[in-house]
Amino acid sequence: MTLALNIFTVLAVSAGTFFFLAGTAGLLRFPDALTRLHALTKADNLGLGLIVLGLLPLVERSFGALKLISIWLLVQLSGAIVAQLIADFVRRREPLS
Amino acid sequence: MTLTFIFNVVLVALLLTVATWIIVARAAFSAAVAFVAYGLLLALVWVELSAIDVALTEAAIGSGVTGMLLLGAASRLRETEATAVPAGRPLTSAVAVLCALIAAGLAAIVLFPPSIVFTLAPQAMARLPESGLGNPVAGVLFVYRAFDTLLEKVVLVLALVSVWSLAPDRFWGGVPGLHVYQQPNSVLTLLAQLLAPLGIVMGIYMFWTGANNPGGAFQGGTVLAAMWVLVMIAGLQNVPSTDRRALRYLVVLGPSIFLTIGLAGFLLANGFLAYPPGYAKPLIIVAEAALTLSIGVTLGLLTAGPPERVAR
Amino acid sequence: MTSFLIGAACFVLAATALGLLRILHGPADADRMMAAQLLGTGGVAALVLLATALQSPAIVDVAFMLALLAAFASVAFVMSAPPSHSKTPPVVDPR
Repeated sequence: MTLALNIFTVLAVSAGTFFFLAGTAGLLRFPDALTRLHALTKADNLGLGLIVLGLLPLVERSFGALKLISIWLLVQLSGAIVAQLIADFVRRREPLS
Repeated sequence: MTLTFIFNVVLVALLLTVATWIIVARAAFSAAVAFVAYGLLLALVWVELSAIDVALTEAAIGSGVTGMLLLGAASRLRETEATAVPAGRPLTSAVAVLCALIAAGLAAIVLFPPSIVFTLAPQAMARLPESGLGNPVAGVLFVYRAFDTLLEKVVLVLALVSVWSLAPDRFWGGVPGLHVYQQPNSVLTLLAQLLAPLGIVMGIYMFWTGANNPGGAFQGGTVLAAMWVLVMIAGLQNVPSTDRRALRYLVVLGPSIFLTIGLAGFLLANGFLAYPPGYAKPLIIVAEAALTLSIGVTLGLLTAGPPERVAR
Repeated sequence: MTSFLIGAACFVLAATALGLLRILHGPADADRMMAAQLLGTGGVAALVLLATALQSPAIVDVAFMLALLAAFASVAFVMSAPPSHSKTPPVVDPR
């Protein structure tokens, strides 16, 4: 059982790290601010979610697991809303003609 | 070449790059943004140095209060930025040399410490259980160096008065000029409505857990201040005028209660800020609760800035 | 497992570092505003991995604090960014 959980953790955390690298690749390569926002708030958040998922078996008590999940939900929420705020700012700056 | 070492190397390299970035940035806004990022990175550094309480404070102050203050200053100075005269080459070189000397001195102290390091840490830890506290930082703050903590809280009140005194005389007691986001029912309203209760719970949790785990009144108070400022920015609450009595009472509540407890030490124990045996922890908790509230209100008002229009 | 988690934290930190340097460089102010959100995600991931590797629940509190205040900092960035020549500014002049 522990071996299965360890394998699950390794897989999930590796997948999460991969999505972080993908998000960074997007940040580096995408042409403008709006597309970079996508990379930042989608790929990185997914990476964080997978990492949190992978760490859940390693956390001792249910309170610890609850903290991890609420951190992920908080980052998800703030990512979504901050993306909207920044996109609104960009749209104000350069109105789509 | 352990993994922790690689982690620290990456962290330090990033930190130095961001610090250089702040210095060479042309616009004040870019420098302020980089400074906030620098503060958030420093929180990671403090975690690596096993100073979790400091990491909590750095994350809270570096991005919350200091970030807002710097950004506010940058936006106020924006009109004059084009005509600002940059510091000359000799002055910049002199500052760079002095900073390098200070950094070299600190590095020498860390890399070549004296063979005998005088520390009171073992004695402090040995007597900590008598106070009922489990967190050594809280022990230092409220038991061993309580006088310094009291003075720090009074200094916060003085800082607030200093910020208020920047306003012209006719605006004294008026409403601070905190910029409000002018889009009703926007996503910012949603963020404030969802984040603020979470932040309040986090602030109270920080204060409560500070007795035995990393945390404390200051971290809790800073989170409360940041949430209050967020609610004001989102337009969910009006920026209060600075002559409101309730506000002023809240600002002095923490230091006053702490001072009262300190003076009561003359009667109940054997000196100023001494605690009667067995009552140390309840008294400290009461003082910390009042301080959390006061720090929240004071830092929020500090961030809001000096009054810029007359009270309604 | 501990080494693996710290290694993952290194990767995440390196990715965050590259991203941070790129967006601080980014030509528009909108790019720089993303710095807080990037650190709020990457820094939180690194801290959460460290917390589990070092068996220290207090570091999870630091991660929570970082997430909360990175969101706040992002809002502060959007509020204080230099205004453009558009007709509808996002912030209202208090006068």
